[in-house]
Amino acid sequence: MTTNDEDSPNKLQLYSFFMSSCSFRVRIALNLKGLDYEYKPINLFKNEQQSLEFLKVNPMGHVPALMDGDILLSDSYAIILYLEEKYPKHPLLPQDLAKKAINYQAANIVCSSIQPLLSLPVMNYIGENVGPEAKLSWVQKQAGKGFTALEKLLKDHAGKYATGDEIYLADVFLAPQVIGLSQRFNFDMSEFPLLSRLSEEYKYVKAIQDAMPEKQPDFPIN
Amino acid sequence: MSGQEEPKKLQLYSYHRSSCSFRVRIALNLKGLDYEYKAVNLLKGEQHSPEFLKVNPIGYVPALVDGDIVLADSFAIVMYLEEKYPEHPLLPRDLEKRAINYQAANIVSASIQPLQNLDVLKYIEEKVGPDAKLPWVQKHIGKGFTALERLLKDHAGKYATGDDVFLADVFLAPQIHGSIKRFNLDMTPFPLLGRLNEAYMQLPAFKDAMPENQPDFPTAP
Repeated sequence: MTTNDEDSPNKLQLYSFFMSSCSFRVRIALNLKGLDYEYKPINLFKNEQQSLEFLKVNPMGHVPALMDGDILLSDSYAIILYLEEKYPKHPLLPQDLAKKAINYQAANIVCSSIQPLLSLPVMNYIGENVGPEAKLSWVQKQAGKGFTALEKLLKDHAGKYATGDEIYLADVFLAPQVIGLSQRFNFDMSEFPLLSRLSEEYKYVKAIQDAMPEKQPDFPIN
Repeated sequence: MSGQEEPKKLQLYSYHRSSCSFRVRIALNLKGLDYEYKAVNLLKGEQHSPEFLKVNPIGYVPALVDGDIVLADSFAIVMYLEEKYPEHPLLPRDLEKRAINYQAANIVSASIQPLQNLDVLKYIEEKVGPDAKLPWVQKHIGKGFTALERLLKDHAGKYATGDDVFLADVFLAPQIHGSIKRFNLDMTPFPLLGRLNEAYMQLPAFKDAMPENQPDFPTAP
């Protein structure tokens, strides 16, 4: 990351939480595109997304949020598609329409079918209303369903990465999901050979590694 | 429509009541694209049938067949249709306005709908109790609708992001319709969405896509 240049007011700003899977996706996308940005931490555990300060920036109170000049966006998928159009270098989508569609599908299996069901509010609800021991089986069930779908979807398309030999949108969404699950829940990946292989491959991608939670400025030091 | 001998090019595997299927039906109608309706009864678990899995191994509904391309996921399908059949565009040219559309679509698609799908509601009914379902759904719809009211406040015109129907509307219409019909949501806190719902009711593309107008809508009382 380069120094903060006060003379370039259009420097991107990313409101992010180190542990947030959705923030992780955007960090990867920015890194892949070689886009410099200022990291603005919002602590979701302390409910900082509801602070008056942040609500002034983003009335919806959602994290991640991207500020580009006077444009403010939230939602990781929207942010990434915006970046893709505004900063077309290092494209995150292939030209081929069928391959593009596979990427959109994979991204949404993560974004709509898996992650929302494993979010903090949902996990807290299950913990409180069903019981703490129910949380793990819920995670295994929901992630298992999504991962099974992903294995089938990508089976005939994967190369070195999810949809071929280049990193695309599918990888941007997959990496935080597979990495996060193994870190948070000790998730058993043995039934998902393709995703396990991709997970290994992602360890060698600088853009992904630099975006890891533990490398972020708000990662707790102790 | 002419040429009844010719098989229709596009096939849509859909369930009348599925919010996600509803989105794709609207998009196809807005683009003037003819399609063959293939009913998959989610309540009966037909998405797991060997027959359907042969078409779509992931077992997700809606699924679109276009020649030898099979796609699932409503967002992916709509983005594919947008590129393959560019007439009657579902996205505005202005990048910021496009981004508002992507955000609105995803608030519905990722923050609201997944939390009210059949499996989740069944789980809550069984593990927490039948009385827990409605408060759960209304809470999450409420959160999402509050965010949408704020997002669209400075951008809405006749429709969600201006005076033309775009992606945001394609995703909003089924969500609002379902929230009122299925979950009895009180729309008073959401005046903009309430107004949009009224506007959608006037559009043939939306009306034709409604659950009650689909071939698999149960006719018996």
